[in-house]
Amino acid sequence: MGDLDLGPLWLTIRLAALTTAILLVIGTPIAWWLANTRSRLKSVAEAVTALPLVLPPTVLGFYLLVFLSPNSALGGAWLAATGTTLTFSFSGLVIASSLYSLPFMVQPLQGAFEAIGRAPMEAAASLRASPLDAFFSVATPLAARGYLTAIVLTFAHTIGEFGVVLMVGGNSPDRTKVVSIQIYEHVETINYAAAHGLAAILLAFSFTVLLAVYTFNRRFPLHVG
Amino acid sequence: MSELSVDIRLSYREFELGVSHSFAGQGITALFGPSGCGKSSLLRVIAGFEGRAIGRIALGTEAWQEGRQFVPPHLRGVGFVFQDARLFQHLSAKGNLDYAHRRAAKEPAHYSFGDVVDALDLGPLFNRSAAQLSGGERQRVAIGRTLLARPRLLLMDEPLAALDTRRKAEILPYIAQLPKIFCLPVIYVTHALEEVTQICDRIVALDAGRVVAAGGVAETLERLDMAGVQGRFEAGVILSGRVAGQDAILRMSRVDLGHGTMFEVPEIGLDEGAAVRLRVRARDVSLALARLEGLSIRNQLPASVVAITPEPDTAYAEVLLDLGNQHLRSRITRAAVQDLGLTAGQNVVALIKSVAFDRQALPRPQGARSE
Repeated sequence: MGDLDLGPLWLTIRLAALTTAILLVIGTPIAWWLANTRSRLKSVAEAVTALPLVLPPTVLGFYLLVFLSPNSALGGAWLAATGTTLTFSFSGLVIASSLYSLPFMVQPLQGAFEAIGRAPMEAAASLRASPLDAFFSVATPLAARGYLTAIVLTFAHTIGEFGVVLMVGGNSPDRTKVVSIQIYEHVETINYAAAHGLAAILLAFSFTVLLAVYTFNRRFPLHVG
Repeated sequence: MSELSVDIRLSYREFELGVSHSFAGQGITALFGPSGCGKSSLLRVIAGFEGRAIGRIALGTEAWQEGRQFVPPHLRGVGFVFQDARLFQHLSAKGNLDYAHRRAAKEPAHYSFGDVVDALDLGPLFNRSAAQLSGGERQRVAIGRTLLARPRLLLMDEPLAALDTRRKAEILPYIAQLPKIFCLPVIYVTHALEEVTQICDRIVALDAGRVVAAGGVAETLERLDMAGVQGRFEAGVILSGRVAGQDAILRMSRVDLGHGTMFEVPEIGLDEGAAVRLRVRARDVSLALARLEGLSIRNQLPASVVAITPEPDTAYAEVLLDLGNQHLRSRITRAAVQDLGLTAGQNVVALIKSVAFDRQALPRPQGARSE
């Protein structure tokens, strides 16, 4: 197996966990709005949210590179505030991943919220629960399965990301060199043993997580929809 | 208790709801009418679920909606019992009750958690999940849950529509006692006349988005008949009385209508002394000049003719009868009026087929469905 460097693995898990946490906060209101709005802007918003699904990662990565660069408004402000660039940094990777994985958080949540519908929310309101109270006490538990699916998909998809990372992050060790990049590098340098090690870990991890999700869903059926 | 004044409009594509009415601050008011007449929509407007409605809604002096002002549903203190119960599926029956109890209004209450549980017999259901409850049990939990939030006004949207006749008969008595036990005015949406006659104190009748009649149950139904609002319910009267006795073998109940007038009806499953209201359709009432022997008709009531109204362009006439303290209507042919020589003030015998009192035979709206 040779020298197995677990640094990229740890970095990847940190990136995926942080991205998932950020998307939970950002994706929930977006999904809620999409599930409940009658605005004509809904289709536009849905299309924008789904873009990362169809765009080649290189296209997304290219635009991100432009918008995160120190010459851009965002990148420049970041440089002024922190003294570091967003491109080729872990922070830049988190932003890129959050955009790239957005549909994997929003779509399952939107589906879950739509399945719940307005009815339980009206019931909660008639019991004096404020909209925010009703969201956390009724909609969130009823959408538990949607949340589980969204979290797992977002986490797993972020771990598997390659093209966008390559464009935005490069491969600086301990900062932006994630597992997929590391494997690519091992293969490029014909270090198949090291590639095998990391690939096997990723494969086992992904399978275990998915198995756990499906088992959990079956054992604790929630009456959603 | 303060009354609820409503003056609102709500437009749909092919239908406009326009209601201006003050609902009484006590007892049960039936919001009655055929499917699609707007009664459920009106209830949702009152609760604050229809943001597009325009106009004014106020409970006493407290405006819930007026001009731009719109009090959101959770601040109105309106309890809502939905047709489909809408129990929270992620909570047990007890969890549903606790949910409401934790959010109840703080003001001093004249009833406790235990009172509600006792009034609706909810104790045995506590640990069951919503999915493990029957339709009737679910509605009872839903009613209990709503009461525990301590509403100031209770709205019920066809709470029995999804239940079979037996379950309906089980729950109606629970609903009938709510205003008294919990000092709570109730607006009760239904298209089932038997529910109106059994538990409601007043009727507000809607048709095509407008109030067509309002007032006490018996006189409003009479007025609706006279206005020719036909097809949905047929002409008739409501008789009030008390259960005077049962014949367990022949399965008949006797109802005392007062003034010594006794009625026999097929078993109605209520205790002796219970107040009942019975609907008698005019076409089920025949007239005779004297008591007859050898008839299958059980009820022969002495009555006096008050008025005879010929129905224009038909063979029929409607005869209004006085039973002493209550009215009865009879629809017979004009030829019969002539042959019997009926005139106002005359004493006759009204023959009423017992089957006319069977609850399930009570007229329902044509093609009645839940909305």
